[in-house]
Amino acid sequence: MARPMSAVFALVDCNNFYASCEKLFRPDLAEQPVVVLSNNDGCVVARSPEAKALGIKMAVPVFQIQDLIKRYGVHTFSSNYALYGDISSRVMRILEQLSPRVEVYSIDEAFLDLTGMNELEAFGMQVKQTILQWVGIHVCVGMAPTKTLAKLANHAAKAYPATGGVVDLTARTRQQKLLALLPVGEVWGVGRRLSKRLAALNIHTALDLAQSDPSRIRRQFSVVLERTVRELNGESCIALEEAPASKKQLVSSRSFGTPVTEFAKMHEALAHYTARAAEKLRHEGLEAKVLSVFLCTNRFQSEQPQYSNSATVELTQPTADTRDLTQQAVALLKRIWRNGYPYKKAGVMLADFYTPGSYTPSLFADTELAETNTPYFGSQPGSRRLMQVMDSINQSGKGRVFLTGEHLKHSWNMKREYLSPAYTTQWRQLPRVK
Amino acid sequence: MHATLLGQATSTPAVSKPKLAIPLFTERVSAGFPSPAQDYIEQTLDLNELCVKHPAATFFVRVEGDSMQDAGIYADDVLVVDRALQAAHGDIVIASLHGELTVKQLELKPHTRLVPRNKKYAPITLQEGAELDIFGVVTSVVRTIRHKST
Repeated sequence: MARPMSAVFALVDCNNFYASCEKLFRPDLAEQPVVVLSNNDGCVVARSPEAKALGIKMAVPVFQIQDLIKRYGVHTFSSNYALYGDISSRVMRILEQLSPRVEVYSIDEAFLDLTGMNELEAFGMQVKQTILQWVGIHVCVGMAPTKTLAKLANHAAKAYPATGGVVDLTARTRQQKLLALLPVGEVWGVGRRLSKRLAALNIHTALDLAQSDPSRIRRQFSVVLERTVRELNGESCIALEEAPASKKQLVSSRSFGTPVTEFAKMHEALAHYTARAAEKLRHEGLEAKVLSVFLCTNRFQSEQPQYSNSATVELTQPTADTRDLTQQAVALLKRIWRNGYPYKKAGVMLADFYTPGSYTPSLFADTELAETNTPYFGSQPGSRRLMQVMDSINQSGKGRVFLTGEHLKHSWNMKREYLSPAYTTQWRQLPRVK
Repeated sequence: MHATLLGQATSTPAVSKPKLAIPLFTERVSAGFPSPAQDYIEQTLDLNELCVKHPAATFFVRVEGDSMQDAGIYADDVLVVDRALQAAHGDIVIASLHGELTVKQLELKPHTRLVPRNKKYAPITLQEGAELDIFGVVTSVVRTIRHKST
């Protein structure tokens, strides 16, 4: 009997993704240091190679590198998710054209199942070249019999330029060589804390971990780490997840650009978040039965009065109607609101999802619905139709309709001072050519 | 400011606006009894099919200036740029030059040059050994000729 074909996974990872996106339509920035900042322009979340060479570290607060930015003319950008999302989807589409099975792992990473494929290195090069030519983004490709090893192969592809950005780690000898070189903290799922505990057991390199006794690791740590040990030895335990697991909860929340102190402002903000969350919920074709509202002050400003709280309600039946959800959100807000605090962040969370019609309405719900033979959708008559109209107007880009609790001028919106144009998603912001 | 997203080269799930579907009727209309197949719709036409061959590799750019007017490319036109194509002699391309994106006609023989299609401007000859950075090949021009709001 033929042995089953041994698995091959590839991890494709975009290099310095956000910073690379910012450079795409800006040839003047080609060799320039570029950093991208987190929400509210707080910390560095991406760096171009030139910025890395200046010693700018990941996650450093931007105020700490102000003098570096000035001295070396570092170009600073706010996170432009419209741009990154569009470029990411292009990369993923190309991967789907090149490989039959793709798991989009994050905005800039995807796993491919290459089981049965020959000439892996040539294929890796093809992936790299195609994405570079078609989208203008550099990627690295690591290939190995397990996802954990593919991650490490990718790490090697990035760390060693001599590899040309593509590493085939299917050969056992190459695996052992690489594992011996890498500190255990580089292994997928092994964080800093875990590496410390492992160091106490004299496990320092990835190879040390690979050579540990799996059952002992399971006893002393977890089944998850045991799985990692097996994966490091080429035994595939983590399968490709093509369809993302259905969402368990949906959060709509932001940090405020300037602290919110008035109830009316908070009311507006939460109504807006609720509307956004409800829209996403309808887009997923779901209804939620649980709604939470939370707010908090800035705990990093300890000289200011601190307060944070959250409240949750379980609805009598699931709904996706913005009106129902907003009404509940406002009621919750009234319960937890305290005057006199500068609020830094607030949000709503929806959970306990149902597909319309799958929930058995309570005996005391609106009985009209049972007769119309339509799935239950909101507590108010005509709900589905109204929400459809609202969504189609709001998604048309021609303007927004909203409940009166939401306000037009979003003064509490996040700070994005250095935002680049939505080059690929807004007609009015297309790149200009002379 | 708010721009209207009419659609984009990649039909990602984020683009929820449906395509404008214009039915193409392939049946000839004849007098007399209607054919039972008459209202059979063969296919629908989508401008993306005509202009965008490689959605993941297609970008749109907006023209500034008059350097390409003799090629029928005017200020404010939207150009469809396909990065999947290999630029060939005579293609109109988007290239990066002196830190800017520019639209010009590419000549590869006898020398590599970027040629404006307007006598007011001189061709740009590439220095020996210099590498030409081509962003993509222009495949179509989209021009709005009716500028009323309705």
